[in-house]
Amino acid sequence: MENNQYLEVFIDESKENLQTINDQLLHLENAPGEISIVEEIFRAAHTLKGMAATMGYQDISNLTHKMENVLDRVRKEEIDVDPSMLDVVFESVDDLEAMLLDVQEGGTGARDVEKVVAKLQNIETGQSPEQIDKVSDQTKTDAPTSAGFQVDRFVQTVLEESHEQGMFNFHVIITLREDCMLKAARVFMVFEVLEQLGEVVQSHPHAEALENEEFESFFEVLLVTDKQVDEIKAKIMKVSEIEDVDVQSYQVVAEETEAEEQTVREENETNEIEEQSDSPGTKEEKNRKVANKTIRVNIDRLDDLMNLFEELVIDRGRLEQISDDLKNTELTETVERMSRVSGDLQSIILNMRMVPVEQVFNRFPRMVRQISRDLNKEINLEIIGQETELDRTVIDEIGDPLIHLIRNALDHGIETPDKRKANGKDPQGNLQLKAYHSGNHVFIEISDDGAGINREKVIQKAISNEVVTREQADAMSNDKVNELIMASGFSTADEVSDLSGRGVGLDVVKNTIESLGGTIAIQSELDRGSTFSIQLPLTLSIISVMLVEVQKEKYAVPLSSIIETAIVSKDDIMHAHNKKVIDFRGKVVPLVFLEDIFEVPKELEEEEYYSLVMVRKGEKMAGLVVDSFIGQQEVVLKSLGDYLSGVFAISGATILGDGQVALIIDSNALIK
Amino acid sequence: MEEELNDFKVIVFQIEDEEYAIPVEQVHAIERMMPITRVPGTPSFVEGVMNLRGVVTPVLDLRERFGLFRNEHADHTRVIIVAIDQMSVGLVVDHANDVLDLNSSQVEPPPEVVGNVEADYIQGVAKIGKRLLVLLNLSKVLSKEEMLELKSSESY
Repeated sequence: MENNQYLEVFIDESKENLQTINDQLLHLENAPGEISIVEEIFRAAHTLKGMAATMGYQDISNLTHKMENVLDRVRKEEIDVDPSMLDVVFESVDDLEAMLLDVQEGGTGARDVEKVVAKLQNIETGQSPEQIDKVSDQTKTDAPTSAGFQVDRFVQTVLEESHEQGMFNFHVIITLREDCMLKAARVFMVFEVLEQLGEVVQSHPHAEALENEEFESFFEVLLVTDKQVDEIKAKIMKVSEIEDVDVQSYQVVAEETEAEEQTVREENETNEIEEQSDSPGTKEEKNRKVANKTIRVNIDRLDDLMNLFEELVIDRGRLEQISDDLKNTELTETVERMSRVSGDLQSIILNMRMVPVEQVFNRFPRMVRQISRDLNKEINLEIIGQETELDRTVIDEIGDPLIHLIRNALDHGIETPDKRKANGKDPQGNLQLKAYHSGNHVFIEISDDGAGINREKVIQKAISNEVVTREQADAMSNDKVNELIMASGFSTADEVSDLSGRGVGLDVVKNTIESLGGTIAIQSELDRGSTFSIQLPLTLSIISVMLVEVQKEKYAVPLSSIIETAIVSKDDIMHAHNKKVIDFRGKVVPLVFLEDIFEVPKELEEEEYYSLVMVRKGEKMAGLVVDSFIGQQEVVLKSLGDYLSGVFAISGATILGDGQVALIIDSNALIK
Repeated sequence: MEEELNDFKVIVFQIEDEEYAIPVEQVHAIERMMPITRVPGTPSFVEGVMNLRGVVTPVLDLRERFGLFRNEHADHTRVIIVAIDQMSVGLVVDHANDVLDLNSSQVEPPPEVVGNVEADYIQGVAKIGKRLLVLLNLSKVLSKEEMLELKSSESY
């Protein structure tokens, strides 16, 4: 349906506008004097209002308009920017977001916004926002006006205002030719022209009806513009199949007295309720199929594509193997070519699924602001690398853990301003959110310059919760102690607060990240701050692995954790703490005998040399002892199924070219 | 009686000399033996995983699960793919021979001891002529408890 097409654009663009408003408001808070920021917000709000009005979402445009009024006065430096004023503006942005969401889900975008509107109005008139008096306690009043237009109070104020600003209000009647085939399309074109000329405040019939061609041959709009009558006429006539354009100056009807209004309003309020109660049924059905989260392609289709491609990768592996066996030149060439092409295809498909982390990050400034106000802390949030791209599936999952970590940093990490001053720090705490690519991974770091992790406190807590014993704790490195705070049932806050510290938390974060194939590490220095560093795979489904044989069994080691392979003579093996180690480029590296850990049945003779796959986890390394290397391959990562979830040191499985299943080794679990 | 309305179909399979039955709704497929990849660190009754048309599926040896010794796989060995609680698992059995209509009136509660299977796994026993069918309680057979026990003791 054509309507949907515009609606999608409307939703997308409105989201963008709201995001701009959000971002700029936060900037404004930091630099209250910057009029250029207010201009920016004003512009976004204005566009939003215009679009919402055109699409017939009165409540959205209504609220935006009120917000705009406040901003306008800020712009003219008649109102000062202060937190209480910003709170109200933020509140209205929240409402707008909720309404937009409703629209996206097929609703009417209607919402009870009277309270916020009243608050905005109070600010506008210079009162404290909290005084909600009856006078401003309303949203719509239908006042009968000339020329068949039912102009509500909101539109009226717009008109009045534009008049004051020296703009013209025109009542434009556009008549389409009798034989016009695509009326909706013509209407759309006319509206496009009108939008260029000025702003369409209202149309009759309303926008939706126009798009559904629910009108005879003519329709009317109220246009606010600084252009002349002739120009308007000429421009509109350029659209084909227009019979006639009539442009009249539109007179704003003088406002009724306060008393009259009061009674009218009361009547209308009851009307309104009735209206609302019967409208959603019809409207909702029309709008039901609105916008999936789109980047113009339905995400399900991308998933389907990915699944199909995974099948292809498996078959590709199989073909490669067959052609290797047959040693037919033509076949080999064709298969090689196919591999190359499908390799390109793979990178394209993977790229299509990439989304910038911005999608997750952009809700954090607001959240941080809110939390820091709740906690009475001063926090400066810095976001770096929000353009970094990640697979969509990862993006979907990563939001909650990040929220948790940020809350944690704000609640437990950064101290109160008084405490910070006492410790000789800037009373304003810093929180940095940083994302970047490195190799096959994406890193997300959350650092604060707060109190850091108190080793003693953590240990005591861990002991009292029987996570570790005193002896164990004393022997632990600082990093190990830090990891304790991610053990389940752990919370170091002395008081349990609303935000975090309910005892569930960091362990959940850790689990989520690990289930995504990522890792999380903590670095912390007492009184200097902590950094939570999350490492995530770029994509979840196709990975490069090194295939190895342990006795007669095949295993796959993810290439991302491999440093290199080596072959060492048995004579080079040394012993330390009863463990076999080797000297690898000046470092003592422990050996991990896979056949012992995986209890592989012994079928081969022992050899003089060990084949090693050197793997690492952060700074630590280990040498996995295998029997032979098969080679590098792209494989599709599959889970072992629910029944076998959580097998030690196995992160999943893959299907090889010969149709057999090979297990993928989780080398992180093998490095201690 | 109400029970007479409850007709249901079961898949009948054989382990050693006993016949077992599971409701047909829980069975996805019956497959011949395929190559199975051993999964280390799992209980002995977990044979491993196999490639079931592109899906990696865990396979259990029901003989071992029931505490019998493991047999060499033969021509008649079958893997019954069952699905409960969104889990898909293959069960290795000696024979898969029949589909039968049963009525709940034919099902009796399990006797204290039946053959060599712990009564826990048994939902009931059905008698058809001279045949005695043991109805399995799949969720018990596929209980993850034993898996989890093993996991917690995991170390090296």
